[in-house]
Parts: sequence; structure tokens; C-alpha cells
Amino acid sequence: MLRADNVSFRYHADTPIVVDGVTLEIRAGDLVGILGPNGSGKTSLLRLLSGTRAPTAGRVFLDGHPMDRLGRRDIARRLAVVPQETELAFEYTALEIVLMGRHPHLGLFAIEGPHDYTLARAALAATGVAHLETREFHTLSGGEKQRVVIAAALAQAADVLLLDEPTASLDLGAQLDVAALLLSLNQDRRVTMAISTHDLNLAASICRTLVLVRHGRVLASGPADEVLTPEHVRALYDVDADIHVHEATGHLTVVPVRRLRP
Amino acid sequence: MTLRRRLPIVVGGFGLFAAAVLLWAPTVGSTAISLSRAFDTSLPWADNVDAQIFFVARLPRVLAGAVIGATLAAAGVVLQALMRNPLATPFTLGVSAGAALGAMLATAFRLELGALGLSSVPIASFIGSLAAIGIVYGLATSQRRGLSTNVLLLAGVTLNSFFSALILFVQYLADFAESLRAVRWLMGDLDIGSYGPLLAASPFLLAAFVVFAVLPRSLNLLTMGEDVAASRGVDVARAQRLAFFSASLATGAAVSLGGPVGFIGIVVPHLVRLMVGADHRLVLPAATLFGAAFLVLCDLLARTVMAPIELPVGIVTALIGGPFFLWLLVRQS
Repeated sequence: MLRADNVSFRYHADTPIVVDGVTLEIRAGDLVGILGPNGSGKTSLLRLLSGTRAPTAGRVFLDGHPMDRLGRRDIARRLAVVPQETELAFEYTALEIVLMGRHPHLGLFAIEGPHDYTLARAALAATGVAHLETREFHTLSGGEKQRVVIAAALAQAADVLLLDEPTASLDLGAQLDVAALLLSLNQDRRVTMAISTHDLNLAASICRTLVLVRHGRVLASGPADEVLTPEHVRALYDVDADIHVHEATGHLTVVPVRRLRP
Repeated sequence: MTLRRRLPIVVGGFGLFAAAVLLWAPTVGSTAISLSRAFDTSLPWADNVDAQIFFVARLPRVLAGAVIGATLAAAGVVLQALMRNPLATPFTLGVSAGAALGAMLATAFRLELGALGLSSVPIASFIGSLAAIGIVYGLATSQRRGLSTNVLLLAGVTLNSFFSALILFVQYLADFAESLRAVRWLMGDLDIGSYGPLLAASPFLLAAFVVFAVLPRSLNLLTMGEDVAASRGVDVARAQRLAFFSASLATGAAVSLGGPVGFIGIVVPHLVRLMVGADHRLVLPAATLFGAAFLVLCDLLARTVMAPIELPVGIVTALIGGPFFLWLLVRQS
């Protein structure tokens, strides 16, 4: 569905390479976690996957089409992005934000019709914020904002959702809420997702497949319980960690034990 | 209420208000005239004093006010969205300073640029605004693909002060009478005297408004950030270029008509947002219509408040706009 084929990227000709020969594939129904420390190239990789930046080498394919051959509207109808944080310069309501997700489906002068409103309200309901539709976005809490932005991505009716650090700026409760929301969207509504995060426990709790990234390269990838090992955590973060299946949650839990000198 | 229902109400409401102001304003002045007599076609033109005052003496000025007000308000809306900054104005990018420098050079050195029945000053100021647009665009696109809105803002602000210094320099060299004439132009004045300048500016303004008409949904998304806009299907580089050139060109044309009439481009968009919300499909047409009415009303005040002395309208808009801007600043923080 979404495939990166040996892609590399640098922002300018004279700056260091930030994505270095990455190959990965996201299949329909997948929930993939892209894990790595800050500055490992996760966000840049996500930009390549979403087509907002073109790789300096290699290619990205979306539904078998080379990304660079697709127009922005074509891409947006197949793929939606949830950024880490959304800061607005103007005061839009939650419903207005979600309706903006309909942009790639509307003609130049078209105005959202009943069908678009139905989809937008369904998306707000699916992310549990239907009651906030008339609220101005900037009055919402961090967790509520993230739910509205995820609803906008759902209203875009794309096949794939890319999320950049979706829980990074949220408190613990909101982190768990958003994690549960993403898991249910994937399991109940079959939304294909790739999530970049540096939170090992979030990834372990919801992602079936993990891709570990360090210095712009793929360190390891595969099923979460095979990839999430003490050796990999040490290589990724220079941290000795204790990894075991937590009895209450039933998934892998990473407990950092000691910082190693890099 | 859905946008499909709100749009005709908003456009109709603001349109009626603007039309009423435009019809009423020419009837006010030192000589009172009646609208019905002015539009009475049974009287021959030579005998119809009311019609002569309405159409020849007052309407060009009122129309200039409407066109300049509409343009500066719309350009303000577009540039605020482009720069994701509600405090940006059409003059932030140095376009008006470029226009002012052009006008100043033409006045001080008596440049003969007149063509197509226009005098030197509007033509020189339009050339000045084009130069400023070129410089700012060149700087903002030199660093990276697409338009850097940060560089755009900083380059504009810097260019504004640099051009202001040049204006003072030229003013210092010019003699007293020319200097005074130029300063009057800098205050912003709608006394254009005939329909000629309006007609000359209209192709540029028309082109800009055609572009404005296709932009609003992209502007909504641009205010959420470039990456979000791109991921929702906006061709960001193209939308930014269209927004920048249309708004700058319109500003340049408006300023060459009436001088740099300040604060319209920030006061009107904000008042309109308070009334209709933030969706640019409502804000842009409403600000255009309200901007037209607002500047005509300000000019009416300028013409009548100290009659028979006619103040430059820029003084009135600045006296209203300055405190308003400060209020916005405090409210924002």
C-alpha cells in the first residue's frame, strides 16, 4: 500500500543526510510504529512517506504509483497526516477543522454539502469529540485537539494515516486515551496507520510491527515482540533496559535501568 | 448553519450595506443634493446640477475610496493568512514603501512618466511597488523551495525602514513646495478628480480579485501550517505564490491610486472576523465589501469634520486604526 524503496534525504545540498537508504512497507490494515531517538530521522522519513518532501534518492510508492507522479490532491485522497502539534493562527471551530479534511474531494469553488457534513460529524463521533463540534479549537485541551485533528484526517477518507509523535505533547491520561483511540480505529475500522514515536511503551502497547530507526537508517524491523529486545534498545538509546510482558496489560513493557555512556 | 446557507446571507448583508453607503456618500457635502434628482433622466444633463455634482464632482472620489478600501481589506486578509499572522497588513511587505519612494522620486525630481492620461506620480509609485515586490520575493525564495514566510516578513519590515530612509533622503534634497506635495501624498488622499486613474488601475485589481476568488479554501489550510496544507491536498508553493503576487499587486495598484492609506488592511479584516468567524470563504468577500464601505465612511468624515477644509483620509484611518491595533495586540496576548 505504502512503500519506501531505498530512500535517502537531506534538506539542503550542504546539510547532513537525515534519511539514509531506508526501505520499508506498510500493508493494508497494518499498525506500524516507527521508533527512534530524537533526531534519528523519524519525522523526515514520515515527510517522505507523506510526499510533502521528495527523497534525494530512491522512491516512494503509494498504491503502486510512484509518489512523484501523483498530484497533491491525488495523494491527499489516499493518505492523511496527523502532525505532532497543531497551532492555529485564527479561531476555527472543531467542526470547521474537520471539514477542512474534505478539501481534496471538493472542486475549486465547491462548498461542503450534506455528505461532507455527515462524514465530518461521523469522524468527530469516531474520535469521541462529537460534543465539541462548535467549540473553538484553541479552547480545547491538548488531548481534545489531537482527537479533532485525527477526526480531520479520518474525514479525509484516506486509506492510510501517518501520525507524527501523536502523544508527545500530551499528559499521561491523554496519552492513554489517544493510544486506545488509535488501536480501536485500526482494529474496528481497519484504518492503516504508521506512527512515529520515541515512546517505546506506546509503540509496544498498540503497534504490531515496529521499524527501529537510528541515524537515518533502519536498525531493525519486524513484529514488535521480536524487534523490541534489550540489545536493540541499547543500540537505539544507549540505555540498558529491562523488557518483559506486563501481567496487567498483556503487552511488552520497557523499564529503563541505566544510561550507558555513548 | 452550513456555509451554503451562510454565504448568501453574509454577502447579501455586507453587499447591501456597501451599496447603501456608496449611494448615500456622494449626496453629502458642502452643497446638499438629492439622489432622486441626480438619477432623474428626464432632465437634460446640462440643467441637472445635482447629477453633475453627483457624477462628476463626488462619485469618482467615492468610487476611489470604495475600490481602495475593498482592495486593501482583501489584500490584508490574504496576506494575514499567507503569513499565518493576524497582525500582518498589506504594508508589512514593503510594497507601500516602494510605492511611496517611487511617488517621492517622481515629485522631487519632476520625472516625466505620464502616459495614458495619467500623471507621473501614480505611475512612478506603481513602478516602485513592483520593485519592492520583486526584491521581497527574490529574498524569500532564495533560501529554499517555495516561499519562506519568515524571510518574507523580515525582508518586508527591513525594506520598509530602508525605503523610509531613502524617502527622507529624497525629501531632504527636494525643495519645500515639492516636499510638501509629496508629504500630502504620503498621508493618503482620495481626491483623484476623474475616472481615469480608476480605469487605469482596474486591470491589475481585476486580475488580483480573480485570483482572490480561487484562494479561500487554500488560505484556510495554509493558516494551519504548510505541512498540514500539503497533506490535505494543497499545492503549497503554488498557493503561496498566487497569494503573494495577487495581494502585493493589488496593494501596489491601490496605493498608486490613493497613497498609503493606513490600517484599513488590519482593522477591516478583524472587524469582519468578529462578525463572521475565520472561514476565508466568508471573510474575504465580507472584508472586500465592508472595506469599501468603511473607507468611504472614513473619507466622508475627512471631508466634513473640518469643512470646508478636507483632511487627507489617511489621517482619519490612522486615528481610528492606531488605537484599534493596540487593542488587538493586548487582546491577543
